[in-house]
Amino acid sequence: MTVTTASTSGDTLEPRPDLVTLTIDGVETSVPKGTLIIRAAEQLGVAVPRFCDHPLLDPVAACRMCLIEVEGMPKPQPACAVTCSDGMVVKTQMTSAVAGEAQRSVMEFLLINHPLDCPICDKGGECPLQNQAMTSGQGDTRFDGPKRTFPKPINLSAQVLLDRERCVSCARCTRFAEQIAGDPFIELLERGSQQQVGIADDVPFNSYYSGNTIQICPVGALTSAMYRFRSRPFDLASTPTACEHCASGCSLRTDSRRNAVMRRLAAVDPEVNEEWNCDKGRFAFRYLESDRRLTSPLVREGGELRPASWDEALVAAANGLKTADGKTGTVTGGRLMVEDAYAFSVFTRRVLGTNDIDFRPKGSSPEEEQFLAARVAGRGLGPTYADLEGAPAVLLVAFEPEDESPIVLLRLRKAAKAGTRVLAVAPAASRGLAKLDGTWIPSVPGSEATALQNLAPDVVDLFGQAGAVVLVGERAAASPGLLTAVGELCDRTGAALGWVPRRAGDRGALDAGLLPTLLPGGRPVADAAARVDTAAIWGAAEVPETAGRDLPTMLKAVEDREISALLMAGVQLDDLPDGAEAALRAAEFVVVLDTHDHAVVQFADVVFPVAAAPEKAGSFVNWEGRVRPSSQPLRTSLMTDARVLSVLGAEMGVAGLESDPVALMAQLEEFSGWEGARVSPPSVAGAPPDPGPGLLLATWRPLLEATHLQSGEPYLAATARAQEVWLSTGEARELGASEGDMITVTGASGSVTAPLVLAEVAAGAVVVTGNAHRALGASGVRVQVAVEGQG
Amino acid sequence: MPSFLDPIAGFGVTFTTMFRKVTTEEYPEERKPMMPRFHGRHVLNRYSDGLERCIGCELCAWACPADAIYVEGAANTDEERFSPGERYGRVYQINYLRCIFCGMCLEACPTRALTMSHEYELADNNRADLIFEKQDLLAPMSSGMVAPPHAMASGTTEQNYYAGEFDRPEDSAAPTGTAEESR
Repeated sequence: MTVTTASTSGDTLEPRPDLVTLTIDGVETSVPKGTLIIRAAEQLGVAVPRFCDHPLLDPVAACRMCLIEVEGMPKPQPACAVTCSDGMVVKTQMTSAVAGEAQRSVMEFLLINHPLDCPICDKGGECPLQNQAMTSGQGDTRFDGPKRTFPKPINLSAQVLLDRERCVSCARCTRFAEQIAGDPFIELLERGSQQQVGIADDVPFNSYYSGNTIQICPVGALTSAMYRFRSRPFDLASTPTACEHCASGCSLRTDSRRNAVMRRLAAVDPEVNEEWNCDKGRFAFRYLESDRRLTSPLVREGGELRPASWDEALVAAANGLKTADGKTGTVTGGRLMVEDAYAFSVFTRRVLGTNDIDFRPKGSSPEEEQFLAARVAGRGLGPTYADLEGAPAVLLVAFEPEDESPIVLLRLRKAAKAGTRVLAVAPAASRGLAKLDGTWIPSVPGSEATALQNLAPDVVDLFGQAGAVVLVGERAAASPGLLTAVGELCDRTGAALGWVPRRAGDRGALDAGLLPTLLPGGRPVADAAARVDTAAIWGAAEVPETAGRDLPTMLKAVEDREISALLMAGVQLDDLPDGAEAALRAAEFVVVLDTHDHAVVQFADVVFPVAAAPEKAGSFVNWEGRVRPSSQPLRTSLMTDARVLSVLGAEMGVAGLESDPVALMAQLEEFSGWEGARVSPPSVAGAPPDPGPGLLLATWRPLLEATHLQSGEPYLAATARAQEVWLSTGEARELGASEGDMITVTGASGSVTAPLVLAEVAAGAVVVTGNAHRALGASGVRVQVAVEGQG
Repeated sequence: MPSFLDPIAGFGVTFTTMFRKVTTEEYPEERKPMMPRFHGRHVLNRYSDGLERCIGCELCAWACPADAIYVEGAANTDEERFSPGERYGRVYQINYLRCIFCGMCLEACPTRALTMSHEYELADNNRADLIFEKQDLLAPMSSGMVAPPHAMASGTTEQNYYAGEFDRPEDSAAPTGTAEESR
């Protein structure tokens, strides 16, 4: 943008065809065509008061607060809805009495029905209405009638509360729900002074993004049940953090009071989450205060775990691991920050002297390992959110963005609105795909590889265009040949490839080399140059050269007594393959580093408590490969994983392991830009599912479920989606079931009963939404489907 | 130059003082009433039915230049109501080691929940006891009051309370009282 003062305008600047020149408050300025007056004024440093205007929402001019005077127009105009045109002369409240008076009058009207309950309102102290009543309103009221009142508050959902009398009808929340989230569950109802935000009688505002409406509400009309009356803005210390819940990598603002997190807000980060986040990231932090938090080391004595001192526990762990003498496996989970993951990589190779390390949960395969090592690990940034937005076409494979990476969905939605074509190879046309106006390429679980190989030529051509992106989710590992096919498609068409894991620590763990065949930065263990390079950076004599075992092999090796000790961090029993319990029981020595006391801890011989994400500084790496730094909002006496490993290493005879997050990150940085050999991409043929009785199960983990990171937050849990069984119309007819009937789906280890939803489902498949994997297993298993009571 | 009368002149001062009005106060046996606007220890007032006036809005804590006040609000429920309206002060602490008795908190209070008594005997032998909790600050129950939690008077809303229908007569009068009044 070009800004010039009136005196010098036109003399030196060549007029550009895509710019329009106008005068605001006597200052001439040139802005791109289509710029709103309010934006142009902002760029000159003139703040026009506003409520409904939001840079990421379409203009609506609902609140009328931003009235300004435009020469030649008979009445004051809303600055948030009128675009700049050439030669326009605009006068804001700074220079025009008419504009100032118009704004004062609008404020007076808004305050007629606004209650004077600022002392009990959560917005008090950070309220645009309070602030603008001071800057643009008058000191007194001329209204002495009774104010409009409503019973208050009402629940839009279990989490979102609405105080209708505070609403100024700016429609920010309804526009967000419709335009950004695609969940139009709230709407402005009634007219005149009775105008109010409302929901349908039977459909609550259970959007995964509902918390954003609370943040953008310019008054205190929308509040959250969990933060209601908990604190005041001036109580809060704000810390910039990164979200620990998924690989989207949102920037957050964590507000804490007296060393407890009070709330979290989406921070502005145009490159990643823009100004939004999901409800899980916003509300799920009460797990920090759980009474299951581990606070002191535990040591097993006489079959029972008992609290022990750090010295005692360190000696016990060191002795146990020394006894195992390299026959140790390391298993890490998705909660690790990249610094801690890297510390595990170093500890396992230098102290334990093995490559037996794996960060992946169940469902992983050797094909996935090869795929990640070859195509993702250490590749740095890309494709990015901006690439999604600019892509002509995006293909989603084994990936349900709404549940598995919700901010990816928001960006895809923005892209789709601007013309990006979204296609999904999936067992069903999900609601998330409908939000993207996407094209569904049917494929039953297990046959996705075939579907990719048999893509119609016009679809393949789509991905031959410059900028096309293929996003593959972590569930692809469960479908043989799929990752091979995805890689081949990208090679064939030149489309950019993005791997979107579900958990926040996964990409960082991959870059840190937490795979049996991989060193940090995408270096293969098998490559001698890579090992020498790594040893040099670590200052170690050598790096173990035998390829390690992956998780399933490790667990089998434990049962076969080839591995005697396990080092586990942030792993839930639920994350491990079936039958892992037996392996854990068979292991002679188990060391666990964790924040909470859960099932895995019960198998441990030594347990070290560690700090949770908000209790330490560090960073996550999101699916793009972008480092998401996170400051430390809470003080704690607990150590980070890296620090525990450092003292444990010293106890075992390897002193000087780095534990400072900045130094760890700097060291990991040295691993970037590897130009040597890489692991070769996988080449696995697809194996179509065996024919058999019953249907093929398709399922994925929902965003909101009963995991320990979401514990302690009942309002959030109450907005989770109910479990459903999706069948195609044909399958349902065969079953004699109609929409809403209770359907029982029975797998090898359990069954699920949920109402039937008729949907577009691939023939031969049944979709069970919401946490079905515990009862039924992963996608691709055969299940029996029956109407409840008839099976 | 010293005069031989000087020692006697000293007795003269003593002698004349014996007939002057005595200014010594017999504290603590006798306590004089304070000036009406004296800033003593705070009181958290009640409505005439015993409900607390404090709504936990934290404006007093915000106004406090010495950061002496700590408040945590919480929601009233129909089963457990401490004040009229939606919100009450679940935690209310004033740290008298920090308080400078300026009275800004009183000016900030939107419900006149916070006033200052004439009590000035605020000394102790440890720090912890000088952080007054809500139960130390709440006005004592007087006749007609029922200890919260209890419901608002039937047929009323918080607006009736805020409009002054449940004010105690002394709420509108100037503050009076002596140091013996409470504690």
